[in-house]
Amino acid sequence: MSLWKIAWRSIQQRALASAMTAFSMAMGVALVVAVLVIHGVIDQSFRRGAQGYDLIVGAKGSPLELVLSAVYHLGRVPGNISYEAYDELVNGQFAADIQFAIPICLGDSFKRCRVIGTTPDMFDRLEYMDGRTYAFAEGRNFQVEAFNEAVIGATAARKTGLKVGDSFTPVRGSAANRGEEQEPFEVVGILEPTGTPNDQAVFVNIEGFFRLYASPAEDADGTAEAAGTGDGKKKARRVVGEIPDEQKEVTAVLVVVNPNMIATRRVALPKLINKQLGIQAVAPSEQIARLLEGIVGNVQLILLILAVMIVVVAGIGIMVSIYNSMSDRRHEIAIIRALGARRATIMVVVLLESILLALGGGAVGLLLGHGLTGVLAPLIADQTGVSVSPIQFQLSELILIPGLIVLAAAVGYLPAVVAYKTDVAQSLISSP
Amino acid sequence: MLLQLRDVTKSFSQPDGTALPILDIPDFAVDAGEQVVLVGRSGCGKTTLLHVIAGISRPTTGRVKIDGWDIALMAESEVDQFRAERIGYVYQTFNLLPSFTALENVLLGMTFGRFRADRERAKTLLKRVGLEHRLTHKPPMLSVGEQQRVAVARALANRPQLILADEPTANVDVGNQQQIIDLLRGTCQEEKVALILVTHAPEVAEQFGRIEYLEQVNRVRAGR
Repeated sequence: MSLWKIAWRSIQQRALASAMTAFSMAMGVALVVAVLVIHGVIDQSFRRGAQGYDLIVGAKGSPLELVLSAVYHLGRVPGNISYEAYDELVNGQFAADIQFAIPICLGDSFKRCRVIGTTPDMFDRLEYMDGRTYAFAEGRNFQVEAFNEAVIGATAARKTGLKVGDSFTPVRGSAANRGEEQEPFEVVGILEPTGTPNDQAVFVNIEGFFRLYASPAEDADGTAEAAGTGDGKKKARRVVGEIPDEQKEVTAVLVVVNPNMIATRRVALPKLINKQLGIQAVAPSEQIARLLEGIVGNVQLILLILAVMIVVVAGIGIMVSIYNSMSDRRHEIAIIRALGARRATIMVVVLLESILLALGGGAVGLLLGHGLTGVLAPLIADQTGVSVSPIQFQLSELILIPGLIVLAAAVGYLPAVVAYKTDVAQSLISSP
Repeated sequence: MLLQLRDVTKSFSQPDGTALPILDIPDFAVDAGEQVVLVGRSGCGKTTLLHVIAGISRPTTGRVKIDGWDIALMAESEVDQFRAERIGYVYQTFNLLPSFTALENVLLGMTFGRFRADRERAKTLLKRVGLEHRLTHKPPMLSVGEQQRVAVARALANRPQLILADEPTANVDVGNQQQIIDLLRGTCQEEKVALILVTHAPEVAEQFGRIEYLEQVNRVRAGR
């Protein structure tokens, strides 16, 4: 019979106390797992979101704010840049440095999904992760000339209930502020999930976006055509003709630099853009690394320390539980010793018992932790746009196994020594 | 000769620092396969004597030789190993582990020796004591007599040379007492195992060919 089995039987004999002890360990481990998983997924998602392009160009201000708003649709938009600046960037002195650039305009929300104006290149040319391009689960990309076409992310489709062929009208905008109905956008495509914040977004044709946010005085050619019954109801408006470039603004430009550019030029490019165009160019990966290693990393460290302390307290619970059971178990220990078990063997059995409780609780905690992650996933996705999967395991979770064994051995040591010192002859004589 | 005790004394320290003598045995020997009954008053040191023979207690002085090995000179871990392989013990209170099944209790008797636990032998032993239908039952589910029979099977599990039985019928009902004695004596005879049995019961003692009165071997009368 193995010593593991002897230890397991001892746990079974004190089933309730053992279960309670293991459960406290499970709670601690669940918290550690939840912190690790959520941080790992957020870290991965943030880094993933910053892939696919080299620079983000936007209004001067906080570089981090620009990245957070342009890539993750979080926080405050630092401001817009003029269309001329965008045009100068793409077609002017930096044209040779840029392989392609995609303008984005951040608007309001539709059913809590960010409305973003962009060009079809966003889905035709951009990679959302290295080597992965956007694909459509249903429908197609919107057309350059079709101003009122829209494409929606996978999560946005679920949240808004929109399907291909449906029409929607963003809730706000200058037209709405004027009390006028806006011409609706038509959904022509739904994207495959990408695991990036874009899953949560609604993308509309940038020209349609410009028209949505244009004011009457700024409308194309200064005219607007009303369509409707004239029965006093608000009327849908249609902007006729092109909006002049000087009236257009973009929030940011996602830039993929020319792969053939020499390395020194590539390094210097953000500074050159900043200096010569009076706008800001930042490398998103740098900003995200700074964010993750700075603020997010420290928050995670604090949470992790708290969770580990809970695990240690649970470990002390195991020690107290086994230690308190020792007075009841002296007789059993004496019987096993009388059958020929050495003192060291008894010590090992008690340590194994501690390890089994810790690992058993840890295994339950692992499941609880991932379950907790699953429960929190919609909240995290809703608040941050980051998709968290409950079955996503982090490599760092592997450290839990040796960590729990070391902890269990440490907390099991004291009761093991008590067991080691059991006086066999005396304990055999005493009543069981 | 399987067992030989020579000038064995055992005393315990008292709170006032003085020694309380329990055993003083100039000479006591048991041959291989021999069956001996030890009789004596309560507190005269019978259990202490069995503990000394089993290596559970160390003698204060003297030699305890089993099969030529002086266990009084061995390190504690060696004595444990020796006991696991050569000595079986049957207790008055059975001393089965309540969370283990009957089969596991017998297997436990084979766990700490040199040889691997033999599940088939454990089953055979339980069959021999009439408990083949109780293999998976835990002690609380067994009658008192059945528990003692499991204890007998456990004592035989590791093919010992010597079985020490400390009043094995004291807690067993009258109907089962003779069965337990017959079982112990019969199995020891079959397995050629020496048996030292402690009892208060004259009807048990008189069944043995050799009866030792502890007062005769123990010069110091029980002081406790």
